[in-house]
Amino acid sequence: MQSNAALEYDYSVAKLFTYTTILFGILGMLIGTLIAAQLAFPELNYFFGEYGTFSRLRPMHTNIVIFGFTVSGIFATWYYVGQRVLKVSMSESKFLMFIGKLHFWLYFFGALVAVTTLLLGYTQSHEYAQFVWPVDIAIVVVWVLWGVSIMGLVGIRREKALYISVWYYIACFLGVAMLYLFNNMQIPTYFATEGLGSVLHSVSMYSGTNDALVQWWYGHNAVAFAFTVPIIAMSYYFLPKESGQAIYSYKLSLLSFWGLMFVYLWAGSHHLLWSTVPDWMQTMGSAFSVVLILPSWGSAINMLLTMKGEWNQLTDNPLIKFMVLASTFYMLSTIEGPIQAVKSVNAIAHFTDWIPGHVHDGVLGWVAFMIMAGIMHMAPRMFKRELYSKKIIEAQFWLQTTAVVLYFTSMWIAGITQGMMWRAVDEYGNLMYSFIDTVTVLHPYYAIRALSGVLYLAGFIMFAYNIYKTMTAGKELTSEPQFRTPMA
Amino acid sequence: MFFHWLEKNPFFFVAGVSIVISFAGLIEIVPNFAQAARPLIDMKPRTVLQLAGKEVYMKDNCIACHSQMIRPFKSETDRYGNYSLSGEYAYDRPFLWGSKRTGPDLHRIGNYRTTDWHEAHMLNPPKIVPGSIMPAYKHMFTNVADIETAYAEAVTVKNAFHTPYGPEFKRTREAWDAHRPKVIEDAKKIAADMKDEGVKKMVANGQVPEIVALIAYLNSLK
Repeated sequence: MQSNAALEYDYSVAKLFTYTTILFGILGMLIGTLIAAQLAFPELNYFFGEYGTFSRLRPMHTNIVIFGFTVSGIFATWYYVGQRVLKVSMSESKFLMFIGKLHFWLYFFGALVAVTTLLLGYTQSHEYAQFVWPVDIAIVVVWVLWGVSIMGLVGIRREKALYISVWYYIACFLGVAMLYLFNNMQIPTYFATEGLGSVLHSVSMYSGTNDALVQWWYGHNAVAFAFTVPIIAMSYYFLPKESGQAIYSYKLSLLSFWGLMFVYLWAGSHHLLWSTVPDWMQTMGSAFSVVLILPSWGSAINMLLTMKGEWNQLTDNPLIKFMVLASTFYMLSTIEGPIQAVKSVNAIAHFTDWIPGHVHDGVLGWVAFMIMAGIMHMAPRMFKRELYSKKIIEAQFWLQTTAVVLYFTSMWIAGITQGMMWRAVDEYGNLMYSFIDTVTVLHPYYAIRALSGVLYLAGFIMFAYNIYKTMTAGKELTSEPQFRTPMA
Repeated sequence: MFFHWLEKNPFFFVAGVSIVISFAGLIEIVPNFAQAARPLIDMKPRTVLQLAGKEVYMKDNCIACHSQMIRPFKSETDRYGNYSLSGEYAYDRPFLWGSKRTGPDLHRIGNYRTTDWHEAHMLNPPKIVPGSIMPAYKHMFTNVADIETAYAEAVTVKNAFHTPYGPEFKRTREAWDAHRPKVIEDAKKIAADMKDEGVKKMVANGQVPEIVALIAYLNSLK
């Protein structure tokens, strides 16, 4: 079977998912920027009648960037990385090609339907699991197709040992499947009665405190298995490939992987500190959140040390810049999270803007940076053309880095300010501020955050333009570049 | 070495990951499940109109900015009332605690706000609370609330989870037709305290505007 000829990998599915990554990225970030601006300038709520309010748009923002942008990015990189590390081409199996294409088109139309249902206000009101039950079923089908793709490719692989990235993609598949299924246990009311009311409505099988526990076990770990695990998969592949450096330590990657798998899921209850969830569970959540620093920093340090002795690449290869900064933001985000999970800190931080601040230094600085770097690494190899412009990448890098810094600093200040004002008492022990005082004081920070959204979105549009120009006008390559991605 | 073997055997790798990620859920969620589902003594489930209001609350996604979870701190009990108890949520499917307070907590808003206040506030929040950044929800005054779906929800939770709704709550359309006037009665009581002529007219015609259902729900939060 094995020949020495280089394999011709088939990137048709990877390309399709790359397009949706960019499409949903623009859409999700656009809505995000709009809702950020709405908090600073409430008049912006009235552009589209009932469909344009902050409350209706916010789940669209979160779901489009999670299930649109990020998940597309995960699939795009899987259909690229998977073939290459398993040393097998998609074109070798008609079945897998068919599954891959089916996977994409079901995903794409499913996503359009899903976004429409949210816009119309059909929701289960579980954060990041808002989709109504028919959409849930579609998502399960799409996810199973991805599973078939992974396992099919693994089944016909030539490289017997699974590379680190594959561990993480498999873990992403398994983790999200388990979490999504258990958190979306719903009974459709139409079928539980003699066809009364809306077909789309359903009730949760868990109530109150139980529902909260299951939801945040999901909510926290959906972040783990969609925003962390597959992004680590990307960094384990793209950083060594781009830099030409071997991963610093295999043992560290083993420790980080299994540590992350075991520890992450315990930390979900830190979203419910000081709630009616039993105290022992809250403390478990806090304790495991702190332990979580170990595997998180393990991966990040492994990335940074991979660059040992090659730091000069940071100055002349903007893709390395993106990836190194992504790992650094990953470290920042994974030390910040545990700090917020300490009960006394959480008493101030919870319910405030520090939480979205924390989320966004992770997703803007780590997740999106890594996905964009991955796409910029893949594009010349998929389209057989040089990246269109290095200048644009450099400008985009600084624009977006500034945006991330503005975002989290403004939200840190806003969050701590509000948390302190809620509890402030005067000399007689009475509350010092009415609630509205703690809202109006945030205006400048909300304005800064909106500005950071504009900057980040502008950077992303530059990125989209650069990829488009690469596809259409980039200099053609005669052979596949070995390590460093060629760019004009 | 064990891990080298595992990396070459995807089946066992998958099994290994599955086992390792299952621990937390089993140990943290399962043991307390039955106890956490118990309601407070004598607690009544929400009426159909209130449930319809809860669905409006979900549809326009009030939880994006409002929590329903008063934490056991003096600063919170001073501001919002008694801290929240697990049993109070026993009939809430889904739970609506929220995770962000861009606006204040609403768990006991029924204790200190009235129908009249909500009506004026939902039409123009900054007029009632100067400096408010909450958008107006004028469409709730003309959109019709889906009380039939709310009834279906009540029947479903009664049959599936023994939520204590009366014997008249049945799966059939006849049972719903028989219950409907009761919902309209409840809506009329809310509308009587309101000023909006359009709302009064809709309720008189047997339709429930979303705002009426929502206010019924907010008033029930105590």
